[in-house]
Amino acid sequence: MNEQDTICAVSTPPGEGGIGIIRISGKDAIGIAAIVFRPGRKKKLEAAPTHSLHYGRIVDPSSGEAVDETLVTIMRAPATYTREDVVEINCHGGMVPLARTMALLLAAGARQAAPGEFTKRAFLNGRIDLAQAEAVMDIISAKTDLAHRSANEQLLGGLSREIASLRDKMISLLAAVEAGIDFPEEDIVTGTGKPLGAEISEVITVIDKLSSSYVFGRILRSGLGTAIVGRPNVGKSSLLNALLKQDRAIVTELPGTTRDVLEEYVNVMGVPLRIIDTAGIRLSHDLAEQEGVRRSLATIDSADIVLVVLDGALSLAPEDRRVLGEVKGKKAIAVINKSDLPRKLEKIDWPDVQISLSCRAGTGLDDLRNAISEFVQKGAVGPQEHPWAVNQRHKLALEKSLASLEKARAASEEGLSPEFLALDLRDALDNLGMIIGATYTDDILERIFNDFCIGK
Amino acid sequence: MTMQKKYDVIVIGAGHAGCEAALAAARMGCDTLMLTMNLDSIALMSCNPAIGGLAKGHLVKEIDALGGEMAKIIDRTGIQFRILNRSKGPAVRGTRAQADKQRYRLAMKESIEKQPRLDVKQGLVEKILVEGNKIVGVEINIGATHLAPSVIVTTGTFLKGLIHIGLVHYPSGRAGEFPSVGLSDNLRELGFELGRLKTGTPARLNGRTIDFTKMKNQPGDDPAPFFSYSEKTHPLPQLPCYLTYTNASTHEIIRNNLGSSPLYAGIIKGIGPRYCPSIEDKVMRFSERERHQVFLEPEGLDTEEYYANGMSTSLPYDVQTMMYRTIPGLEAVEIMRPAYAIEYDFAFPTQIQHSLETKKISGLYFAGQINGTSGYEEAAAQGLLAGVNAALKIQKREPLILSRSEAYIGVLIDDLVTRGTNEPYRMFTSRAEYRLLLREDNADLRLRHHGRNIGLVSEDDYQEFVKKKARIDHEVLRLHAVWVKPTAEANNLLAERGSTALVAEASLEQLLKRPEMTYADISRISSPPAPLDPAAAGQVEIRIKYEGYIQRQLRQVERFASLEEKSLPDDMDYDAITGLGSEVKQKLNQVRPISLGQASRISGVTPAAISLLMVALEKRKRGRA
Repeated sequence: MNEQDTICAVSTPPGEGGIGIIRISGKDAIGIAAIVFRPGRKKKLEAAPTHSLHYGRIVDPSSGEAVDETLVTIMRAPATYTREDVVEINCHGGMVPLARTMALLLAAGARQAAPGEFTKRAFLNGRIDLAQAEAVMDIISAKTDLAHRSANEQLLGGLSREIASLRDKMISLLAAVEAGIDFPEEDIVTGTGKPLGAEISEVITVIDKLSSSYVFGRILRSGLGTAIVGRPNVGKSSLLNALLKQDRAIVTELPGTTRDVLEEYVNVMGVPLRIIDTAGIRLSHDLAEQEGVRRSLATIDSADIVLVVLDGALSLAPEDRRVLGEVKGKKAIAVINKSDLPRKLEKIDWPDVQISLSCRAGTGLDDLRNAISEFVQKGAVGPQEHPWAVNQRHKLALEKSLASLEKARAASEEGLSPEFLALDLRDALDNLGMIIGATYTDDILERIFNDFCIGK
Repeated sequence: MTMQKKYDVIVIGAGHAGCEAALAAARMGCDTLMLTMNLDSIALMSCNPAIGGLAKGHLVKEIDALGGEMAKIIDRTGIQFRILNRSKGPAVRGTRAQADKQRYRLAMKESIEKQPRLDVKQGLVEKILVEGNKIVGVEINIGATHLAPSVIVTTGTFLKGLIHIGLVHYPSGRAGEFPSVGLSDNLRELGFELGRLKTGTPARLNGRTIDFTKMKNQPGDDPAPFFSYSEKTHPLPQLPCYLTYTNASTHEIIRNNLGSSPLYAGIIKGIGPRYCPSIEDKVMRFSERERHQVFLEPEGLDTEEYYANGMSTSLPYDVQTMMYRTIPGLEAVEIMRPAYAIEYDFAFPTQIQHSLETKKISGLYFAGQINGTSGYEEAAAQGLLAGVNAALKIQKREPLILSRSEAYIGVLIDDLVTRGTNEPYRMFTSRAEYRLLLREDNADLRLRHHGRNIGLVSEDDYQEFVKKKARIDHEVLRLHAVWVKPTAEANNLLAERGSTALVAEASLEQLLKRPEMTYADISRISSPPAPLDPAAAGQVEIRIKYEGYIQRQLRQVERFASLEEKSLPDDMDYDAITGLGSEVKQKLNQVRPISLGQASRISGVTPAAISLLMVALEKRKRGRA
């Protein structure tokens, strides 16, 4: 944690409406903002007076692609919240541009702020009075607890195993390199016989996979794949229309995706849903038709979440049972439609969430939104202040780690002395440490003494 | 009986830590007394007859840059000098020497005896005398008391030392010497928490009974490198070491006799060093290994004793003989001194400050193995700093605390006082996060100014250093400023080195950055006004060739320094800080870190805890204003 860093974070609650504000604070705040901001008029951000508002676009500096239309506020030290230079970027395009803008700022040299860090700086720089100090500390510990809990929860899952084995592999590599440096007189073979460059490449492949497999990264790029399934006339299209009516995604241009006529985009509490309209590929209707079945199943298979629509005003049909059987094992929400009519549907054997709603009356839709949002928070990103932040952070850490490993591989291929590539490997571990805890010096020594017979 | 003379500093022990401590204190103007149980064991090498190696050589050069003694003595009494890792980069090259063990001891004894203001006396310290929480002196076994406001304890393996040879064990501080029992109890009474460590040493073999023709000869480097910046010659003849190997028969004997190894029988409770296991450990833990190296190192010019490096053991005497005799070249070997393991008390080093002064008792310093370290170099480094800091305290000056970013000594002491240790602590280059900056070749550039400030580096030596530094700086500037035209002469030289020819002008600096080019080549293309000595030329080459990596580490140091500079006051009340977990509070109370940086290195102290400390610190500052 460095006080010299320029930090940034989304400072509005997640998922609420279309506008989000990113706050940047630190000595390079304006410079970093200027890297990603293209002003509407030919006015340089760096030359802007304090407390001024600027219209323009956020642009990916590497591709020139416009990410969002924004208003940027420049506030120069010391008359700011943190008493440092502060920039606030108002993103209008909802969650995706907000996340992309954050990613661009991080790439431009800002650091994701730790919980309570803006407030901490405000206090350290004399902006907040002594009476509020306790409150500052409460914020830091409370938010950290939350962040910690969420990180732990995430690390209990499959990600934890992957990261642990990655770390293990990197420590082994570093231990072999370090053993070769510190024990030149020992009769030890450090390494597996494979060239170090090849070993590093293997780790790079793993990180690459891990970093690109991030559910949320994919959600940001292409939306949360959502399939609406059910037999005919239960209200699939009505559900889609009800969601579209209120929540049609503001973003019309999602990077990296081709819009399929069968797909609609919906923004649910900040989470972009890519709804795969299965109207044309009904599971039950064209049961005899092989192609239809295949496509329906494929749709369910590729979806991140399945909304199974049932008619609450009728009793359960065999086709309903069939649909329920097909989605077994998937993340699915049972949507019991037509709650405005008397319920005829029996209690169903359904382990996951059930939502009762009426597309026609427009009731119960909020419950569905909440359920979807909760699903994303629990399943994909964890309960955090900004539900996507953990993943964004992980991905960034992995990417930095990857860059260091690539340097190490290059150093190894150039035949540089091992202490230089050890520096890169240590950087890679430091970056991984941003996800899983930073200390490793003792682990390296431990590994050296375990793996190599040292003892001249 | 209280002796009339009152000292400024008393040093208990005359090993590698004690010698540096006593010399430093006396040279800084303190009336100093060094007490040893045996005047003939001053600076004795209890284990390996060798000094230096990776990271340890770095420590020795740092000791020299600060004005310590070890480097000079080994340069005068070494019988083989080598640079390890010569094929690797400059940061991880380490100088190592074989010592003539007796000459080393005698040379150090001479330095000590001739040192003005330093008295050396034989006597066993039984008790440290304390009034309130201040040191007043020591009591020795022959019924005398010596008074001083500071005492440095450097007791090595002597505190309740217990030697094991097979299942036989007896109290002893080192083979053939008594242990120190009273002082250990006394330290406990004074409230220090002591633990137990174990170390070991291999047998000494009679060279007359060794067939060296069956072994590989390992000569030193020619020319022999130096440790000290001020020594110019190696006066002693140089000897080789020899390499041989254990085999299946050796391993079988070991396996068959594990029952009589006190390590395996569970008799030894102390924790041994993992980097220096006994041969039985190596054979058992790495059973797939068909052989292990055995280095035979000469113990001196006038002795037939050879040190069997790699063969430390606690097996019984008869098993040792059988085991050694399975090794090629040692078929008829006679053991002169058996291998043994030794257990001893140490004080958990989180009880001392960075100055090496104990937190509990003002004026009391610990240095060397008592702090849980292992190795002559680690001991000497601490001894030097303890002596310097005791003297600085007498002079009412601030202690000398070296940073992790400027010296291995800084890493060593910071590791000890911040993280403590559970096994004998040895220095490795991998412990130094700014390794590329902390090189043997620039120890003087890093530390000479400290040596001069504390008064251990003479004005002459310092001026010589200043000139060297200026020569380096000028030459670096010149290489940057001088541009070479693509002449036939320049291109011929480049072709000779397999380097691509110039088509346009290039600076000398750019040419030197080419991996295949050396400073010697560059100075052939364009020579400096006066030729540089090899050390200065080496610095120029390193600074230019490794500039990218050096800059990268300097940036890391900058970040590191920002937290190091935020000091935590002595009386910080960690228990009163909201939000800190109880485990974190307990650790902070135990270590009492001097800075936020140090706090961040305590295991279990999270970045969030550091944030809380930062806020608490600011709150406190404003509360006082």
